[in-house]
Amino acid sequence: MKFGIIQFPGSTCDYDCFYALRDTLKVDAEFIWHEETDLSNYDCIMLPGGFSYGDYLRVGAIARFSPVMQAVKEYAQKEGYVIGICNGFQILLEAGLLPGVLVKNHGLHFLCRYEYVRVESNKTPFTNLCKEGQILKIPIAHGEGNYFIDEKGLKELIANHQIVLRYCTQDGEVNDEINPNGSVDNIACICSKQANVIGMMPHPERCVEDILGSSDGQFIFNSIINSIKNKSEAFI
Amino acid sequence: MWSVSINVNLKKGVLDAQGAATNNALKSLGYEEVKDVRIGKCIHLKMDGETREIVSKKVDEMCRKLLANPVIENFTYEIEVL
Repeated sequence: MKFGIIQFPGSTCDYDCFYALRDTLKVDAEFIWHEETDLSNYDCIMLPGGFSYGDYLRVGAIARFSPVMQAVKEYAQKEGYVIGICNGFQILLEAGLLPGVLVKNHGLHFLCRYEYVRVESNKTPFTNLCKEGQILKIPIAHGEGNYFIDEKGLKELIANHQIVLRYCTQDGEVNDEINPNGSVDNIACICSKQANVIGMMPHPERCVEDILGSSDGQFIFNSIINSIKNKSEAFI
Repeated sequence: MWSVSINVNLKKGVLDAQGAATNNALKSLGYEEVKDVRIGKCIHLKMDGETREIVSKKVDEMCRKLLANPVIENFTYEIEVL
């Protein structure tokens, strides 16, 4: 089992992902330079957080044209697992692999703090070890995490069970007051229709050990590992 | 050679956080007459092209592919001969 972590110029959470996977979860992980075009050796591709290409023009807009992104599209079409975290989520949206867009937080501030999110769907390869309604404590760190989609798009997301995490109170209540950035419907994480591509603003790689304040990120990573194992068993 | 000015603006209904903050700042300076502020981007290009139609077609394409995000932004442009 091997995870591939893409490095764009300006990625900053690449080593955090690497550390979480290799040192905490004890699985193989490798960096992939953004000019690479062969992803056939990996069981899951991660697009880490950061400020790819300095966030010029719009967040994620330039990274989408990196050579590796064409390969990521093909990888996703073949139902490979792709997870974008923070800036990685922004890139997946710009690349059209997920619907909608992320704009500036409604309060204009860059927010770096722990948030609670509620698991809305555990029928994804990234949340299958969670219970629906489970509350996870995962930090956010972004200036542009305000998820926007038009009404029609939101209806589709709801109908297809593509909303995976919503910002909530410690008790799991979803309301406007707890919404940190103004995201439509408190959305923190969505997946593709086939659920093999996921994008999330919270950083699971920053909370994989209790010493960091929470180890809830493990639910996400262990779910992926579980999915990869089940997938490979299905081929035997 | 052509000179192209492209304006990219947030669509109606999309929250413009920068515009709202600037609106408040103008109010606090005493400009009560300001009722709304929307902030967009202006992009200037110099480019080659045989005819205005060809240039216009290319610029349209650039806006759709990269310079604007059609989910939240509208764009307009003006083309002048240099």
